[in-house]
Amino acid sequence: MTVEDSDHEPVSALIQYNHTHIEPSKGWAPLNFKDLWEYRELLYFLIWRDIKVRYKQTLLGIVWAVLQPFLTMVVFSIFFGRLANVPSDNLPYPIFAYAGLLPWQLFAFALTESGNSLVSNQRLITKIYFPRLVIPVAAVLSGLVDFAISFLILLGMMAYYHIALTPAALTLPLFLLLAIATALAVGLWLSALNVEYRDVRYVIPFLTQFWLFMTPIAYPSSLVPLWLRPFYALNPMVGVVEGFRWALLGTQGFVGLMVLVSAMVVTFLLFGGLFYFRRMEKTFADII
Amino acid sequence: MSDVAVKVQGLSKKYRIGQRERYKALRDILTQALYRPFRSVTSAIKGKPAQKGALSGDGYFWALRDISFEVKHGEVIGIIGRNGAGKTTLLKIISRITEPTQGTVDIYGRVGSLLEVGTGFHPELTGRENIYLNGAILGMRKTEIERKFDEIIDFAEIEKFIDTPVKFYSSGMYMRLAFSVAAHLEPEILLVDEVLAVGDAEFQKKCLGKMGDVSRQGRTVLFVSHNMSAIRKLCPGTILLNMGSIVMAGPTESVIARYLLDSTSSLLAEVELPPGDPNAFGEAKRLRFFNQNGKPHSQFNLNESWKIELEFNLTSLVTHVIAGVGVVTSDEIPVITYWSKPGDLQAGRYCVEFECNLPLKACELQFAVGLSSHEQAFYYKDHVGHVSISEVLQGGEQPFRASGSGLLLNSTLPEVRRVQ
Repeated sequence: MTVEDSDHEPVSALIQYNHTHIEPSKGWAPLNFKDLWEYRELLYFLIWRDIKVRYKQTLLGIVWAVLQPFLTMVVFSIFFGRLANVPSDNLPYPIFAYAGLLPWQLFAFALTESGNSLVSNQRLITKIYFPRLVIPVAAVLSGLVDFAISFLILLGMMAYYHIALTPAALTLPLFLLLAIATALAVGLWLSALNVEYRDVRYVIPFLTQFWLFMTPIAYPSSLVPLWLRPFYALNPMVGVVEGFRWALLGTQGFVGLMVLVSAMVVTFLLFGGLFYFRRMEKTFADII
Repeated sequence: MSDVAVKVQGLSKKYRIGQRERYKALRDILTQALYRPFRSVTSAIKGKPAQKGALSGDGYFWALRDISFEVKHGEVIGIIGRNGAGKTTLLKIISRITEPTQGTVDIYGRVGSLLEVGTGFHPELTGRENIYLNGAILGMRKTEIERKFDEIIDFAEIEKFIDTPVKFYSSGMYMRLAFSVAAHLEPEILLVDEVLAVGDAEFQKKCLGKMGDVSRQGRTVLFVSHNMSAIRKLCPGTILLNMGSIVMAGPTESVIARYLLDSTSSLLAEVELPPGDPNAFGEAKRLRFFNQNGKPHSQFNLNESWKIELEFNLTSLVTHVIAGVGVVTSDEIPVITYWSKPGDLQAGRYCVEFECNLPLKACELQFAVGLSSHEQAFYYKDHVGHVSISEVLQGGEQPFRASGSGLLLNSTLPEVRRVQ
């Protein structure tokens, strides 16, 4: 339509406007990381919000970040370490369990938060455009602060048990990345499914509980029969937890093959999750 | 053409009925699958064709249907229409929140959309923190927010509370802060949905002023509103939507005239109200209008008293229930709000009648309907119904001339005295 309007001149055509074309999309959408990069500041602010808000109006505040893995470690040490006499790769059981719980807590938290992230940010999704991927990614990354704090406790425990850091500790970021990638991969699937099927909210606690038992946290993976291990390593968290122990505590249980299998599974899951998410993304605002 | 800012071509959007209200539980899909064979059996017995799944075409409605228009850079265009005409859906597609079913949109320039003020505000965060968060959500860069920070606080008039969590703000302060952040957005193309319906009158005026500034800066604006005076003030051109199609597009005055004319033809003595939140204690069902003789009517004469009947449902025992109806002119000027006497009510159907004895000039009225329990609203819908107060009287006597401005009818004609 054109409307006569003598009040102001049309803005000069010399200005270069960036062009956006909107049309119904068909089938699988490309991943479009460029768009995600454009919105990196939003990602930063969402992570910042999640961290800021998490322990608001709690008495103990950030202490909770330490208390959760620490108390779990105490319970594990009493029941599995002391009473059930579960082996711990020749390490003191408490530090053995804590080194496993550390990446596990990060993973379980990131998985739960990202799985519920789209639904809890409903308002944003129905009122504003931004690459939806920002939301589960922010949810996953916001768990890193808690992780960093409980990591300090681990360093303290290592000093207490006289375990020295070795150059192997330099590989730790890789295992951290693997843990985050695993959480994001599963989180992407769950969050997108959660938009349409709210059953996901109830599935997540079960999932993390089962997953905990399938991961060598309370027990070493050396308890698993040799022939079963390649299948056992299909659970990417096996590679993560064993990798953590190998990097920090120098356990012998670390097998390169396990990590390789885990990394492959994660890559597969992550790309599947990304494409599924992108495919469902266009319907989020309509059905959430 | 290089001076086109927004070009919309053959745009359509299809929604599944009920899609916006409910999400699916896996259970529903399973039970549907379980019942489906039985349903086809029973319908076969009854001799009716088996009902297909909800996905089979009949459960859809078109929120937009084949819309095409063009907006040039620097134009400020109003979009008006009744509830459900597709105004918000149109903005949602242009701002890329949702995808069209058919058609294309081409946008030349950076888009900022304001479908709601305060999107993403977190109650636990302070005013300062929320400015950054909300700014980022609206698409501002951090440096841009820092630069405008003082201006935003000034405009919102909340200097003193800037480090208080917004959950302790009054709703007025909250809205002022929210609008203030939004108002400092500087995109090339601004999409605005009914956001001026907030805050006190003075702040509304200030917002309108700010919006006026925006349009004078040569920014392109698409502005959805029910507020005809705001549209008149801001937009030289207007698009009228009805049932998802463009009825008319052109100079604002003639489009508004057409809109008001259309509204008159929709005068109904009984109005079904849109459903509320399915989890609420209940919802209002319908509004009815009667004249003094108890006859359903929707056109009344000056000085005629008439009645509004509100019917509502409660799904459980609710204490301290108040049912209210607000009377508002078509220019969005509130006239009066009627309330029922508070009471504790069992589940069931209720109705309440309000007697309207308003000395109004000739005007078009619409209504807002609300239900509350302990002053907490659990149902609210505005822009519903339409009643016309007209000057035409049967019989020969001329009514008092309702000339000049003001809502109320002037019924006194005092003698002029000479002063010594």
